[in-house]
Formats: sequence, structure tokens, C-alpha cells
Amino acid sequence: MSVTSAEQSSAPVMGRSLWDDARDRLLANKAAVASMVVLTVVTLLSIFGPMLSPHQFDTVYRDYVKVPASLESYPRLDQIEPGFESVAKRARMKVESYAMVDDKITATVTSRRSISEKATRYFDRSDLFEGAVISNISADKKSATVTADVQRMHFYFGTDANGRDMMTRTLIAGRVSLTIGLLATFVAITIGLLYGTTSGYFGGKVDLIMMRVVDILYSLPFIFFVIMLVVFFGRNFVLMFIAVGAVEWLDMARIVRGQTLTIKRQEYVQAAEAMGVENTGILKRHVIPNTLGPVVVYMTLLVPKVILLESFLSFLGLGVQEPMTSWGVLISEGAKNLQGAFWMLFFPALFLTSTLFALNFIGDGLRDALDPKDR
Amino acid sequence: MVRYILGRLLSAIPTLFLIITISFFLMRVAPGGPFDLERPLEAKVMENLNKMYNLDKSLWEQYIIYMKNVLQGDFGPSFFFRDFSINELFAQSLPISIQLGLSALTLALIVGGIMGVSAAIKQNRGVDYAVMTAATLGVTIPNFVVAPCLTLFLGVYLGWLPVGGWGGGAFVNVILPVVTLALPQIAVIARLTRGSMIEALRSNHVRTARAYGLSGYTIIVVHALRGAILPVVSYMGPAAAALLTGSVVIETIFGIPGIGRYFVQGALNRDYTLVMGTVVVVACFVIIFNLIVDVLYAALDPRVRFD
Repeated sequence: MSVTSAEQSSAPVMGRSLWDDARDRLLANKAAVASMVVLTVVTLLSIFGPMLSPHQFDTVYRDYVKVPASLESYPRLDQIEPGFESVAKRARMKVESYAMVDDKITATVTSRRSISEKATRYFDRSDLFEGAVISNISADKKSATVTADVQRMHFYFGTDANGRDMMTRTLIAGRVSLTIGLLATFVAITIGLLYGTTSGYFGGKVDLIMMRVVDILYSLPFIFFVIMLVVFFGRNFVLMFIAVGAVEWLDMARIVRGQTLTIKRQEYVQAAEAMGVENTGILKRHVIPNTLGPVVVYMTLLVPKVILLESFLSFLGLGVQEPMTSWGVLISEGAKNLQGAFWMLFFPALFLTSTLFALNFIGDGLRDALDPKDR
Repeated sequence: MVRYILGRLLSAIPTLFLIITISFFLMRVAPGGPFDLERPLEAKVMENLNKMYNLDKSLWEQYIIYMKNVLQGDFGPSFFFRDFSINELFAQSLPISIQLGLSALTLALIVGGIMGVSAAIKQNRGVDYAVMTAATLGVTIPNFVVAPCLTLFLGVYLGWLPVGGWGGGAFVNVILPVVTLALPQIAVIARLTRGSMIEALRSNHVRTARAYGLSGYTIIVVHALRGAILPVVSYMGPAAAALLTGSVVIETIFGIPGIGRYFVQGALNRDYTLVMGTVVVVACFVIIFNLIVDVLYAALDPRVRFD
């Protein structure tokens, strides 16, 4: 008895904040939790995948153009001998005998010119072989033995029309697309939050003029803005997406203004006013934190919007430039090669769509969690 | 009501004026000019061209000349499509875009509305989940993925539909672009309708209608849908303006001679008059559709009054 009372006095029951409730509701939403897992996996893959992948995103394998996605390793068995012969031909050699044991090729070659050991570079330069050694060069330098290892490579997502590994490219594209999405959203939310709270809090003439400006910007065709930005900033996509963020803030400003209008009539704001707190103080301490709920929801919906916008620009050829890539670039290339190389569209589209899907579900889940009466 | 509409139209004039001004100067501040080619033109040719298009005058004079022409309904000659005036270009392309957009809009309203209502009636059951999944897919799959897939399957493999071209607006040519254009709108409309319909079905007046013993059809279509359609109506304003003024992606993929692609071409080629023309047309559409939406809103919701 005495033990329990001591415990009670030492550890007072923690109150549950509204954020705790919201978090529990969010975690109870299976779709939202699954989406968060998917999003985390995609993000981690995009960050670390290109580092771990055996291929560079811009390495061109000329022997493997438009190789289909598969788990088996390349080169295929029937590809090795013709490949070896064509390389030997390029080195002006003729293959007399050829044997392959455990991915190790031993061949005797003859040539009308003198064979030197430097000819290994022909074999090493090919994507098929590595570690070539020329030995047993005969006295007249007309015949020799070549040993080379078959270079085993995997293209799980296939390769593109230039023979670049699609998996590495999809993952590096994820990096670009996600960065762009987050960057532009961050800019949009910062501007929208500041603009909306100022307009809503000060009200009256200030509000009227500020919202009139938003209305006018609304009627300006968005794509005109974006293309003008491309024209101004050239192909520098980081700058461009800061600018896109600077265009996307209009909705945010409206949402935040509406929130602010209700918040500023609350008792705690009036109390703060009565205590002589300055406007900036009230905005920082009371208004902005209380608008965060809808802002967070809107953010999860804005990120996919920006990623789609980037894809759209890339589709028009105004986005990220080669050899850098983004999901939009890959998809537009895949769409061109759809007939005959469907994997070029499938994998980037899969990544893009699942990311957008996940962000949408998280947004819905957050809205339900933060606004329980809406369910 | 007539006074309200007139007032709104009058207040649109300063907005339009500002939009034209902003985009005129934005366009001119951008580096490069309409006659910058890889190999520069001869100085004399350049001079004559500039004189012909009034580019040798100061920016202010050009602005005033342009404004005067616009007031008379003349958007000037195109810089890029020589021998065409902007008015001629629009007269050819705008009807096509409008036809495409209107068809997509109608399709989206009908299909999306039906999907949304049926999902709301069967809330938290199979139909509901199926509709919501389809709707989320529709929002998240970009139309430049949908378009090539549809063309490949329906156009190339099955050979049912032509893969592109306008064909003077023949029915078979229109199907693919309209469906592609409508898919994301269907998704959004289904989501919106479902959300507001669920709320409407729980409201007092629907419960009263149920208590009267009215048929399911009357309850849903007459009593619930009228309130539930409001968010859809306010969404339709900007969406309709965007659809009717053409989609760059759809028009590029399907090779449709609509107005959407002029944006990209015009801005990249610094075709000043073409870009200005499209800006003005789009802005007019936005203003008009917002007005239509507000009038419709008041007609549907008696609580909204014109003032």
C-alpha cells in the first residue's frame, strides 16, 4: 500500500496532448502506416541504392543495349563466344581454339600481324570480359594464348536505350525527384505560411490587398509561369524548383489565412493582446503553431504535386538534363520505348506511382487523425 | 442577379489588365528574342524584322501599341508562325481544345459522380474500397504514363482506335485523348462526391426524407445529391478552365492541333504575341468559369446570396 502511494506521488500521470491522440489515430490507420513504410523504403533505396549498386548511373554498356529486366546474369551463354570472336577480330586476331571453363576463357589466337601484350585492352574494354592476359606468345609473334574472365553483370531492371543500368538510374532519379519535391514544398509552405498568417491576422485593408494579389496570380496560367522560370534560370533545376515553390504557395496562403481568421478570435490570442504582446510575438507563439495541422496535411499532398510537375516538365524536355535523370525523364523515355522495352517505363512508373500513392494515403491519414470530426 | 454578374464582369477588367501587364513585361525581361537563331541573321534583315514587328520602339511604346490592339480584339501577328495572326491560330485551335475539354469534363462528371455516389451509399464496403483505390490510382498515375499505355494496347496491339491525329474531330480519334484527359478528373470528382455525399446522407433533411418513406432514388438524387454536389461545383471552376484551354501533354502525345501546345512553343521561341494571347485566353476562361461556379453555387445553395 505504502509502496503504491509512493509511486503515485513520484510519477504523476502524464496528460495526453491532442498530438498524442492524433498520433495514435494515425498509427491505427493501416493504409497510412503501410504508406509510411513504403515511403521510407523508397527514400532509403534512393539515398543508399546508387552507392551500393555495382553500376554507375551514367555508365554506358554498349554490349547491353535494351537488355530486358531479369534476375539472370549477363552475358548470356550464347553471347560469349560470338562476343569473344568479335573482340578478337577488332584486335585483328583469329580465334583458333576456344574453351570456357567456369567463366574462364582460354583461347589460342593467331594473327597476321605481331601480337603484343597490349592487345589485352581490347578484351578489357569490352563489357563482356575482364582480367585478360596474353601469354605464350610464339617466337614469330603470330600466335598466342588469351585467357580472360567473363565479366558477370546483373541488370535487375534491365537497361535503357543507351545501355545504362535502369536500376541505378531509377534510384538516382528517385533522389532527384524526392529532393525536388521536398525543396519546392518547403519553399511554398514557408512563403504561404508567412503570407497567409500576415494577411489573416492583420485583416482589413491589408488582407484585402494581399488576397487580391493572390487572386490575380491565380488567374495567371501556371504553366506560363513555370516556362518563364525555365527561360530565366536556364537548366539549373535547383534554382528552378525554388522558384516553382515560390509559385505553388497560393493555395497554402489561402488555407493558412482561413485558419488564422478563426484563431485570432480565440481567447488566448485576445489574452495575449491584452497583455501587450507584440504582433510578431503573437504570430510566432500562437497563430503559426496552431495552423500547422492543415499545413502538414497540405504538405503531404503538395510533394506529389511538385514531383508530378517536375515529371511533366521533364516530359516536355524542360526538366533535368542528361545524364542526370528523374522519374519524369525516365518515364518519358520509357513511354517512347514502350513497344519492345516495357521495363523502361514499368520500373520508374512503379516507383513514382507507389511514392505518390503513399504520400496521398499519408495525407489522408493525417487529415483524419488531426480532424477527427471529419471522419 | 444580372447586376451581380455585370459587377463581377466589370471587376474582371482591372484583373485582366494587370495580368496582361505582368505577363507582357515578364516576357520581355526574359533573355533572348524571337529572331535569335543559331546563325544570326544579317544586320539589315534583323533591322527590318524589328521594324516590322515594332521591336525597335521602346518597351513602353510597344506596350501601349499592344494594349491598343488588344482592346480592339487584335492579338497581333505571330512571331514564330509567320503569315499567321494570333487570332487566326486561335480560331483554328481553340474550338478543338474546347470540344476535347468539354467532352472530357462531361465524361468525368458522369462517371466520377456515379462512382462517388455509389461509394458513399456502400460506405466501408467492397464497392467503396474499390472506388477509392481506383480514384487514388487515377490521381497518382500521370497522364503521360496512361496515354502511351492506352495507345499501345487499344491502338497498336488491338488496333481498335487510331493512335493519334485529330481527323477533323471524328469520334474514334477523340476517344483516347478524352479518356486520358478525363481519368484524373474522374478520380478527383469521385473522391469529392463520396466525401460530401457521406456527410449529406447523414444530415437531418435526408433523415426526414427517409422518414417520409420516399424512394431511394428520390432521396439520393433529389435531396442528398443537391447538397453534396457543391464541393464538386467549386472544384469544377478552375478544372474546367484548365481542361478547355487545352492540355500540353495530351495534345503533344496524340498530335492534336489544339491551343495547349502553343504555350510551350510560344514561350520557348519567345513568340511574344502568341504567349500573350494564350495568357489572355486562359485568364478569361478562369474568370468566366469562376463566375459560372459562383452563380451555380447560389442556384444550388439557397443560403448563398449575391451581395
